Amino acid sequence: MTIQFNDETFRDDYTFRNSDWAIKRFPFPFHEDSYMYSVNMEQHKGGPAGSVYEKRFDVDEHYVSEMRDRAKVLDEDPLRCQSLPHMTLAGWDLLELIMESKSEDYPDLFELHRDGNKWRWINKPLGIDDTFTFLDESTLPYGPMEYITRQAQGDYAVLDQRDDMLWMDAGMITTQADWSLDFDIGMNFFEWHAPVPLAHEKGIFIRALKFLLNVQQGAPARRLNWTMTVNPLLDTSPEHYHKWGIQKTELTAENIGQKQHLRVELQTFFRLPRSNALVFPIRCYLCSFQDLMTMPKWGRRLHRVIRDLPVELATYKGFIDNRPLMIDYLSQFDDGLPTSPGIWPDRETEPPLQK
Amino acid sequence: MSGAEKIAVKVTEITSINDLVTRFRFERVDGGLLPTFSGGAHTVVEMDDDGITRLNPYSLMSDPYDQTSYTISVRRDDEGRGGSLYMHQKVNVGDEMTISYPVNLFSLDLRARKHLFIAGGIGITPFLAQIKQLERFNGHWELHYACRSAALGSYADELTDRHPNEAHVYYDDQSQAIDLANLLDGQPLGTHVYICGPKGMINWVKGTAEDAGWPRDNVHYEEFLAPQPGKPFEVKLAISNKVIQVGENESLLEAIEREGVDAPYLCRGGACGQCETNVIGYDGKFIHRDHWLEDEEHASGQKIMPCVSRFEGKTLVLDR
Ligand code: HEM
Ligand code: FES
Repeated sequence: MTIQFNDETFRDDYTFRNSDWAIKRFPFPFHEDSYMYSVNMEQHKGGPAGSVYEKRFDVDEHYVSEMRDRAKVLDEDPLRCQSLPHMTLAGWDLLELIMESKSEDYPDLFELHRDGNKWRWINKPLGIDDTFTFLDESTLPYGPMEYITRQAQGDYAVLDQRDDMLWMDAGMITTQADWSLDFDIGMNFFEWHAPVPLAHEKGIFIRALKFLLNVQQGAPARRLNWTMTVNPLLDTSPEHYHKWGIQKTELTAENIGQKQHLRVELQTFFRLPRSNALVFPIRCYLCSFQDLMTMPKWGRRLHRVIRDLPVELATYKGFIDNRPLMIDYLSQFDDGLPTSPGIWPDRETEPPLQK
Repeated sequence: MSGAEKIAVKVTEITSINDLVTRFRFERVDGGLLPTFSGGAHTVVEMDDDGITRLNPYSLMSDPYDQTSYTISVRRDDEGRGGSLYMHQKVNVGDEMTISYPVNLFSLDLRARKHLFIAGGIGITPFLAQIKQLERFNGHWELHYACRSAALGSYADELTDRHPNEAHVYYDDQSQAIDLANLLDGQPLGTHVYICGPKGMINWVKGTAEDAGWPRDNVHYEEFLAPQPGKPFEVKLAISNKVIQVGENESLLEAIEREGVDAPYLCRGGACGQCETNVIGYDGKFIHRDHWLEDEEHASGQKIMPCVSRFEGKTLVLDR
């Protein structure tokens, strides 16, 4: 299908909206009625047609507006994009991966024409038509990683792999759930995960790292992560906490359905060929509570998950104070009926709300 | 075999380099381009040797940016498991073979100010690709390459012709030897040293570097974790009441799925824990390859992760 791109904002007046299509394909992250951290990784080999899993890099109706938001963040704070000197080759790898994937997966939107190292890249939604020399930085307006990730939804952490460890040595991070590239740059896998509760004790990071070190070319992997955001804000960075933190206190029983958003990250992992680095795209999807409640199964399940979530997780994810308000709202959509397994909404088979 | 993606290739050139070493060129069967790779990567070549599957890793020695073909060099090992003999004796130009996507366990540390390569014998091959990669970016490197004799010095002349200042070759039969202590001592700050060769050479360089106070992270050596083809084995699935055969080229999980038994999985790489399966009874030995179970669980004989682990022995009964 051709995508109608929204003209919308993720700040100030918050005109962000999800179409029915976007709600239906929202990556609801709970496959059962409860949630705990786990090593939830699987191969990234496509998925059901139309789902966010189908393509290597999903493009949706928010693309153009998200890229506009990113440009604003970078204007104010250039340190959201950093690349240590040895990571330039990985940047070229990433540029190639995204250009190849998008031009193959969305030929009506993106084109890549290659004649040896002379490349022409056409990005129709953003109105870009550039010719440059592959591996020659002087022929691009930015470094290769910055150039391509200004044209790709989601954050990108680029990890160098050395001595059986991953190092956060480059990234484009403007839509993050309260962590900072400028703080984490140069850290290793265990160091940047230090603030996460309970997962270390459960051995999750040791196993996850072993898996990631072994991710091979041509065999990408993925997982989902989630948190909560009041107002459809992409940029919930620690640098701006003073701006968005207070918005959490503005939630009321009247506005919660519209203001409270479930924030889901589709995280993927690709081995990069020339540099042997690993890229970790973190694609953020937002959906308001009231839109989620249009799927009866999600209404039932979200209530149960939020109600029963361990305190440590609700605290770390930053919604412990608003949890009672959320549970009050969500309980209206839970009639106690059982839910089908898996993340899909199962519109046709799940009964409508019985109250 | 879970693990790397595979590529169907055709052998398009076989070149004898000397008495022991032969070079093979592979191109894609479908005529398309091969993936680029990073210098130091290897590919796993699958061989069907009279019904025995052999999986041998070989360093890619061609230019990592040349996507039209890959080349490897195989040294004949008359005592080894037979993969190199198969390559030397049974493979012909035009044969179709299966190789894995490139995997790199010996990559360059791109932070290095200078790369110091130390090669012994056939250990030269990963450096050939790394040198091509560095030359493209004007990287700073130096090679010290020990071989038995001029007659057996694969690619030695080519290297010294093309890189007279960087490449240094030493012949055992002329009593030439790398003056290692001095070599390491004279390196600029930020140098990384890479060793590929016989085990003795690796230990010698590692030890000398350690004694000279080199940081451990600046010393790299090639370790081949060759994927072992498993032996076939038989499993009884108690709940579904089936006896199934696990072939040497498939995982236990794949065999269970092939028989139409629904088994949980997620990562297929031994990390997520989803496929954990209880063992009801066994007579034999487990080959555990997962990162999920604790050592005690491995030892207990009560659990197995069928996505990566295998079994050798008479009977295995699973709670599935
Ligand atoms: C190399 C790729 C990865 C990167 C760059 C990455 C990065 C991060 C960062 C920056 C955080 C925020 C930490 C903070 O509070 O400052 C985080 C949180 C977390 N990460 Fe990762 N991560 C990676 C892979 C994984 C994997 C493979 C897993 C598990 C299977 C994992 C599990 C988690 C969990 C459970 C959290 C807490 C999230 C929450 O509750 O919202 N991460 N990660
Ligand atoms: S499928 Fe993940 S451990 Fe086996």
